[in-house]
Amino acid sequence: MTAPSPDRNTAGGGLKVRGLTTTFATPRGLATVVDGINLDVAPGEIVGLVGESGSGKSMTLRSIVRLVREPGKVSGQVEWQGRDLMAMREADLRKVRGAEIAMIFQEPMTALNPVLPVRLQIEENLSAHTTLDRRARRQRALELMNIVGIPAAERRLDEYPHQFSGGMRQRVMIAIALANSPKLLLADEPTTALDVTIQDQILKLILDLRDRFGMSVVFVTHDLGVVAATCDRMAVMYAGRIVETGTVAQVFAEPHHPYTRGLLGSVPRIGAERSMLLSIEGMPPGLIDLPDGCAFHPRCSFATDRCRAERPPLESFAAGREVACFHHQTVAAMAEAA
Amino acid sequence: MRDMPLISVEGVSKRFRLPRTASDILTGRPPAAVHALNNVDLEVHRGETLGIVGESGCGKSTLARCLVRLLEPDEGLVRFDGKDIGLLPQAERRAFNRRVQMIFQDPYSSLNPRMSVRQVLSEALSVHAMRPKADIPARITELLGLVRLPADAANRYPHEFSGGQRQRIGIARALAVEPEVLVADELVSALDVSVQAQVINLLLDLQERLKLTVVFVAHDLRLVRHISHRVAVMYLGKVVETGPTEALFATPRHPYSKALLDAAPELDPARQTRVAAARGELPNPLDLPTGCLFNTRCPFAFERCFAERPNLSNRGPAHFAACHLTDFGKPTPATIAAQ
Repeated sequence: MTAPSPDRNTAGGGLKVRGLTTTFATPRGLATVVDGINLDVAPGEIVGLVGESGSGKSMTLRSIVRLVREPGKVSGQVEWQGRDLMAMREADLRKVRGAEIAMIFQEPMTALNPVLPVRLQIEENLSAHTTLDRRARRQRALELMNIVGIPAAERRLDEYPHQFSGGMRQRVMIAIALANSPKLLLADEPTTALDVTIQDQILKLILDLRDRFGMSVVFVTHDLGVVAATCDRMAVMYAGRIVETGTVAQVFAEPHHPYTRGLLGSVPRIGAERSMLLSIEGMPPGLIDLPDGCAFHPRCSFATDRCRAERPPLESFAAGREVACFHHQTVAAMAEAA
Repeated sequence: MRDMPLISVEGVSKRFRLPRTASDILTGRPPAAVHALNNVDLEVHRGETLGIVGESGCGKSTLARCLVRLLEPDEGLVRFDGKDIGLLPQAERRAFNRRVQMIFQDPYSSLNPRMSVRQVLSEALSVHAMRPKADIPARITELLGLVRLPADAANRYPHEFSGGQRQRIGIARALAVEPEVLVADELVSALDVSVQAQVINLLLDLQERLKLTVVFVAHDLRLVRHISHRVAVMYLGKVVETGPTEALFATPRHPYSKALLDAAPELDPARQTRVAAARGELPNPLDLPTGCLFNTRCPFAFERCFAERPNLSNRGPAHFAACHLTDFGKPTPATIAAQ
């Protein structure tokens, strides 16, 4: 897979997000949870959105399809196959969501309706977006259960969510999402609640589906192992902004942002057992009261006066690579030396 | 080759009975029971870190609770310093409660929200009469320093702290009574990765300084590999493999351990496979398979695996696996050369 450059034209094909911003008015002030995000996803590409809790990665995903509740306000531009989702009427957008663009969530228990058999929940999506008759919908529901690898699909279609295990529920969620052969799948921590052997099965299922149907995927996760296992490109988020982008191989091999470097260093590596991990001191900042300058500077060992006064913009420094750090060359040199 | 283990778990089983249902009464069956632990044998040696790994429902938390005697085993026994902890006289029982401390997973529910950090720590100190009353404030400051919290944290309440800081308070509370053993159940799984690293570093440092024995229960293989000297892999309430960390990760000798290791995503983007490591899902713990507990998912299962449950047997220095395929994963000259 080639590394697409961020400014390449994705019109007519994938997803192009420009200046996506989501704010919440709170009693303590305005919280900017998504702050001017730019993101491109080419057809068939899997892009990982990585960050810790509160970094705005899930909100970014929801903002893309305007699934943000009041008092949240979303602005910016989201171009999907040449159409601007932000400018679209709600009724038109509803035709896109669940059809061309599907979403799966972290918690498969709360995302499924507990009082309906899964057959109805899959067929519901088909009746909302297709003209299939009852028989054809039944047929398609069965086919979808088989695609996502649920054994004894015929019988299990009439069962209720509580009769499914966590992994099987997530497969049902994926079956619902796939019902209308989406071109874009938005996956919000789809394996975080699952055990590692089941996570492994679900991740490989998503990769297979991408290959078979040419779907694009935006994959939100906090787990760098999951990113390495599934994504082509990645964007690292901190305090509502993207701080670094690149192909997964590039970012893992040579992180340019101190936060990315810290994140990668926080994960234990083979061959360095029982040594001190490269942790990041302190905690992520509150979104209402962000530090001046670079939001990461209070936790950053590279910070200078400039970082405390001025916010570094996300800038391209190589083909397909962007970083928001004044000292990224120094950071990258350290990674190389280590 | 070693001295007597500090803790030894011998044939421990634990069941949790479910409420009797109408059909149980009609059919005269005993109520169903979850078999949380099935004949577990395990040793913990002085000064080591033993990692216990497994997926949800494998019984690792139940085992941790049996180790500190928060739960009584239905069968088998746990020895501490050679003595059955179920039969300790009152005074020794109190001493055991002090010498073995547990740190819990959830930093939000394991601290009383109405007690300041000072109260939390001084309660621990006074229950076990660790210090004369006059010395308690100084000891609290010392404990907070040990877990790298500022001294003024003593006056604050749990809600004023982040998850990572709360886990430090939990560690300080455990250390207050100068224990020999820390049992940490999913110590960092509720924390963000950068904060996880801080707490793991703290634990490594404290263990070194205080010569602690640590039982580290976790589902995260990378963390367990990082901090443990020895690892025990659990599946459906049974230890299926145990051995020195390096040997177990390099050459897992049980098919489940191998599947578990293979399923964990590699951090190296270049080293990815497209074949799922394990098929199927965990069987219902109410109705365990006969024979080997892993036989429903094991690609290598043969007749004997369905008839007879394997026990742990030796695979190398201090390395044991419970599998009828005694050659499974055995290093061959070719694999040794490849390493």
